[in-house]
Amino acid sequence: MKLAPTAPLPPVPASERRNAARRIRLMPSPTVTERIVVALLWAMAAITIAVLVFIIGYILLHGLPHVTWSFLTESPRRMGREGGVLPMIVGTVLVTGLAVLIAAPIGVATAVYLTEYTAEGRLTAVIRFGADCLAGIPSIVFGLFGFVFFAITLGLGLSILSGALTLALMVLPTIIRTSEEAIRAVPYAYREASFGLGSTRWQTTLYVVLRSALPGISTGVVLSVGRSISETAAVMLTAGSALGLPDSLFDSSRTLALHFYYLAQENISEANAYATAAVLVMAILAINLFAYWLMRRFIARGGHHA
Amino acid sequence: MTDAMEYKLQASSLNLYYGRFHALKNINIGIRPRSITAIIGPSGCGKSTLLRCFNRLNDIIKSARVTGRILLDGADIFNSGIGLTQLRRRVGMVFQRPNPFPLSIFDNLAYGPRVHGMRDREELEMIVENSLRATMLWDDLKDRLNAPALSLSPEQQQRLCISRLVAVEPEVLLMDEPCSALDPFATAHIEDLMRKLAEQYTIVIVTHNMQQAARVSTETAFMLLGELVEFGDTTQIFQNPRQKKTEEYVSGRYG
Repeated sequence: MKLAPTAPLPPVPASERRNAARRIRLMPSPTVTERIVVALLWAMAAITIAVLVFIIGYILLHGLPHVTWSFLTESPRRMGREGGVLPMIVGTVLVTGLAVLIAAPIGVATAVYLTEYTAEGRLTAVIRFGADCLAGIPSIVFGLFGFVFFAITLGLGLSILSGALTLALMVLPTIIRTSEEAIRAVPYAYREASFGLGSTRWQTTLYVVLRSALPGISTGVVLSVGRSISETAAVMLTAGSALGLPDSLFDSSRTLALHFYYLAQENISEANAYATAAVLVMAILAINLFAYWLMRRFIARGGHHA
Repeated sequence: MTDAMEYKLQASSLNLYYGRFHALKNINIGIRPRSITAIIGPSGCGKSTLLRCFNRLNDIIKSARVTGRILLDGADIFNSGIGLTQLRRRVGMVFQRPNPFPLSIFDNLAYGPRVHGMRDREELEMIVENSLRATMLWDDLKDRLNAPALSLSPEQQQRLCISRLVAVEPEVLLMDEPCSALDPFATAHIEDLMRKLAEQYTIVIVTHNMQQAARVSTETAFMLLGELVEFGDTTQIFQNPRQKKTEEYVSGRYG
């Protein structure tokens, strides 16, 4: 590129001139940069939404026509080629519900201990490190552990209980960490006010800290429900894949996600596979909407600055 | 004990350390009942720390260590039979920033009585009404006791926090710069309220605002670098200080 003729004084070194020219060419003005950034960010957000809408739309489009009342209320026949998914719905609700019922109290209690009842030190570091490691372990490893420990060593067999205990271990780190964050976000001033009125540490934790942290804690619980519902590998090895309605928690039961896996993997029925996926997707949507509704109600009542 | 009884609160040879830092140095001070005592001094002089000794709120801080004695009605608050929760019920605190709980107005006021075991709904309603009347909030708020406390104005929030204390029937009110988050009008209102409350309660106020100390208090303590430099009648401290440091501070030469 040709440079404009320079004035005789002061002499500018050639290298400097080249740099200046390059800088001008490469760096658009701040306002232009701002516009580009806004457009880029908008595009990224749009891509995210588009992917989400596409996946959910695709599954619902293919699955919903097959989701009939009888599909939801009948047992599968001929390995799922015909009939419905009632036992899988029951199995999913039991395994997931039980897993979260076991994991939530343990996880929240651990978070309370870490934040309110102990000073930062070696012990808290070890617990936190353990939780983080637990979070990174692949679910199939949890499945293997659950199979060996709960199903065989404890003699629970392939059962809803084995599956729930295994899933509980798997979601525990999520619940601990999200609860911990939520508890830490509660302003210190609330605790001071509570102590200042003569309440004990437990009263302060229960009535002020946990109450204020509830929206955050329930976010963690909802995430865990989602993870449990969609888990396949761990439940395959622990809850088994029985097709019938379970009589008790000691019976094996197939969850919806696992049923979908078999239908698709073993090419049993594409229509029923999509229908099962549609039921799963809608269940997760419903749980999330319910959680949002609960949270909004809670926030409106307490006057939290959302 | 006759000497002790003329004070509601009395600190003697009080020292406090945060780890190695010597935050309060040999403090001796007596707070008279049913009066307003102001503690003034530049930032970091230990005035809030001293205030927090009176209800042992420093106990939350792990590194804090205290020597010396503080007597409440002649009884040592560190080693007598006064339990920590009982002490804090008798010696309540109002904080710098209004800190109502994210609950309804009613639940904020009922919080104290509830943690102390009160369950009777009618009695709670009576306590709520009386404590709101004590801070002149009742007429404004009686129709919306279920509204979120955080929807109130900063002044109302601070009044609510004072009401919340009144609800547990304390004897001493510790106020840690209670007006620093408020505008001048709200400050004047809270000061009026303090004068009225002093007919019934013993008030200790920490303030950055020397005019405020001069306006509301009967006695003033001046602190500097963890030491109590001078303590006496407010008019004497402001008009005729005995110590040169006090004179320099109240005339605005530093701080």
